[in-house]
Amino acid sequence: MAEPLNGHGSEREVVISGRGITVGFGDRLILENLDIDVYRGEILGVVGASGTGKSVLLRTILGLQSKRAGSVEILGTPYDDADADTRASIDRRLGVLFQQGALFSSLTVLQNVEFPMREHLHLSQRLMDELARVKIDLVGLAPEAADRMPSELSGGMIKRASLARALAMDPAIVFLDEPTSGLDPIGAAEFDELIATLRDTLGLTVFMVTHDLDSLHTVCDRIAVLGERHVLIEGTMQDMLDFDDPWVQKYFRGVRARRVENEV
Amino acid sequence: MATAIVAQLDFSDTDGQARLRAVGSWTVRTVGNLEPSIDKAISDVSGATVIDLSGIEHIDTAGAWLLTRLHRGLSAKEGDVSVEGASENAQRLLDALNPTERETPPPPPQIGAAQELVEAVGRTMYFSWQDLLAGLNILGGVTRGLARAIRHPARFRITSIIFHIDRTGLRAVPIITLMSLLIGAIIAQQSAFQLRAFGAEIFSVDLVAILVLREIGVLLTAIMIAGRSGSAITAEIGSMKMREEIDALSVIGVDPVEVLIMPRIVALIIALPMLVFLADIAALVGGGLVSWVYIGIAPEAYIDRVRDAVALNTLFVGLIKAPFMALIIGIIAASEGLSVRGSAASLGQHTTAAVVKSIFMVIVVDGLFALYFAAVNY
Repeated sequence: MAEPLNGHGSEREVVISGRGITVGFGDRLILENLDIDVYRGEILGVVGASGTGKSVLLRTILGLQSKRAGSVEILGTPYDDADADTRASIDRRLGVLFQQGALFSSLTVLQNVEFPMREHLHLSQRLMDELARVKIDLVGLAPEAADRMPSELSGGMIKRASLARALAMDPAIVFLDEPTSGLDPIGAAEFDELIATLRDTLGLTVFMVTHDLDSLHTVCDRIAVLGERHVLIEGTMQDMLDFDDPWVQKYFRGVRARRVENEV
Repeated sequence: MATAIVAQLDFSDTDGQARLRAVGSWTVRTVGNLEPSIDKAISDVSGATVIDLSGIEHIDTAGAWLLTRLHRGLSAKEGDVSVEGASENAQRLLDALNPTERETPPPPPQIGAAQELVEAVGRTMYFSWQDLLAGLNILGGVTRGLARAIRHPARFRITSIIFHIDRTGLRAVPIITLMSLLIGAIIAQQSAFQLRAFGAEIFSVDLVAILVLREIGVLLTAIMIAGRSGSAITAEIGSMKMREEIDALSVIGVDPVEVLIMPRIVALIIALPMLVFLADIAALVGGGLVSWVYIGIAPEAYIDRVRDAVALNTLFVGLIKAPFMALIIGIIAASEGLSVRGSAASLGQHTTAAVVKSIFMVIVVDGLFALYFAAVNY
């Protein structure tokens, strides 16, 4: 079991723990006997070639994808066989940014952000409006965007609006599925910065599936590389550079990677 | 963490300086209860004020927002407000929220009822005109597609058309047959019952035959197909539009009307008359069964009677209308599908509109045909 590597010592609390996760479609195994741990307050970047099951892993942890074997524990509670109430109370402490945003298309951005609050809390309309606008502002959307419909937003705005909804309940853990894909480099850098700031201020734990080397360099505390149906290696960027695997070498030492490295 | 004391805002007054002490867990789970005390403090407290945050155990953006609201509310009353005892975490959150003005923008100006009515009428007129143009556009596209098919027969999408004939025609056979059989039976039974009073039960056969062949067969089949296939066409094309598949077709240089809409409309035009013929026969059989069981007219006598009552033109009056109705259903369904916008609600709205509009138009056109056939005495 890999030790947490960014210096906070061994007392760090594990908030997500997956053991022996096996997922397959038909006779094809996507993940096999995969173990993964996420520690409180860290930003974990999950990378891997296309089709190695990054999104499948995320969906499996969230219980959206059934698995053939293994167990998932979130915030110290077994998530798999939790009853509906326990599950709901865990779900309230999770925020998810789906790859396509998954904003409710019939609601405005403001209503989208208010939706989890409306369902789970008893707040006055004024307070909900204000809190939703705070979140919308936090993720860097212009106030006017609040009253637009999702179909009127650009790709980057959809990501931000969707992050605002994920943050609506001030969750303990946020799952991000390729948060910076489809954003311009400046937007992506801002998004990374935003995630780091939110982690620092809110004590968020972030589980991020990404392809963005900039994100991996600048915000991720730890990186887990998926390949051959399990976690090939997890650790810091330096560990990645030292790891002797052709794909990992190519990915982290390729032309684009070197360019990023020089900049950082 | 679960033992966090309930959050509250304590007020004390020392030497003319008000002191508000925030205690407990100021998170999204407690702000609902805190809000009244914040608003009360804003209205009650004035003058120099200290907001003491040292008692806060947990804070998140929701709690920080309430403190920001408190701070702003008090500052607005020209009091000298200072914050002390903020933990590193709380200070960071407050800083993150502070720089932005987040007044709720004013609601859009209200308009009067009269203006609203005028606006609604204008909007309806405008959209009706747009609907008509969209329909003509599709009709033109289909015509052009057919014309091109004559010049390049190899590119005619025969497979696609046959696929859609199967879906809109063949698969509708059981339901159309059953429905028409029952309708024929019901008309026969009702008319026989009414005509019995005059001893003219035998004329119920004429009534069934003429009514079914001229009007009911085609009308009910068209309505059923509008509900069954019209809605499917709108939903298919609408969701393709939502996922930019239609745009992808145009960019590839393929006309979406030719590829998607023309085969569906041609299939409808071919399938509907066949279904109408089937419906006519089924309704006559239904009428015959009731006449046999209920009035006691033997099948041979029933067939003779039908033969006397109708001529070939009675059948054609119904059948001629079918392709026109198919065209109307197809054009309305396709144009509604193409007007779907991004949201799921819009898809539902346009699917409903397609069915309602096409059923309405089918009935209107049936009325026009009735006028026409009466005028030319057919």
